[in-house]
Amino acid sequence: MAMDESVRKAILGAVPSLRAFAISLCGNVDRADDLVQETLLRALANIDSFQPGTNMSAWLFTILRNHFRSEYRKRRREVEDSDGRYAETLKSQPEQYGQVEYREFREALAQLPQDQREALILVGASGFSYEEAANICGCAVGTIKSRVNRARTRLAELMHVNSAEDFGPDETVRAVLASGE
Amino acid sequence: MNERKPVGQENTMEAAASRKKSAAKPAKLGRDVQARLGQQLRAMYDEVVNQGVPDRFTDLLNRLNNNGSKDGQ
Repeated sequence: MAMDESVRKAILGAVPSLRAFAISLCGNVDRADDLVQETLLRALANIDSFQPGTNMSAWLFTILRNHFRSEYRKRRREVEDSDGRYAETLKSQPEQYGQVEYREFREALAQLPQDQREALILVGASGFSYEEAANICGCAVGTIKSRVNRARTRLAELMHVNSAEDFGPDETVRAVLASGE
Repeated sequence: MNERKPVGQENTMEAAASRKKSAAKPAKLGRDVQARLGQQLRAMYDEVVNQGVPDRFTDLLNRLNNNGSKDGQ
């Protein structure tokens, strides 16, 4: 059975965001891409269970997350270090924006508990509603809300910020640099 | 003058009290802080999103599609 063109497009369209989510889960780009590939294979094998008209992206995110979780249980020891490796991966990346604040943010994010990090990313970066995020994670909407709140509070603590001024002059400096003068 | 000291002390105490207060309730983040954290989060995420779809995934879907249309291969 050939793949429906609209299904193919919807799947490919979700790939960039799936990758970003996968990297945030497992902290390693190569592993993340394998995770995305396994997700796509699973999705296509079960495409009949996808309900046309519903959110393809949310469906794929659910598969990816469940797959990651079952792998996680299987290979607990190996993956237990994922937060540490995530931090390592980040350190080895070139500092594109050349700013301390940005690096500090990513290191703080890597220190969050898995549940909080994924909730924060689904709602704050992937653009899912609390309801969609709750469906993806298989928990109550209230649980997602409290995880997101705890994640934000913890991030602020880790970065020692109480107000926006505490973020330092980076924003201004960047604006000046960007102006080219 | 003697009068100045108590005033200074009072200010210090007030400052200490307000520090204590802000440390005691870290749960409530200002909107500006939340906005800034959100900005950072999206910047990090979008860095990956902006890489688009790597060839391996386009190839994978094309391959599966072709296999599928060849019926049984």
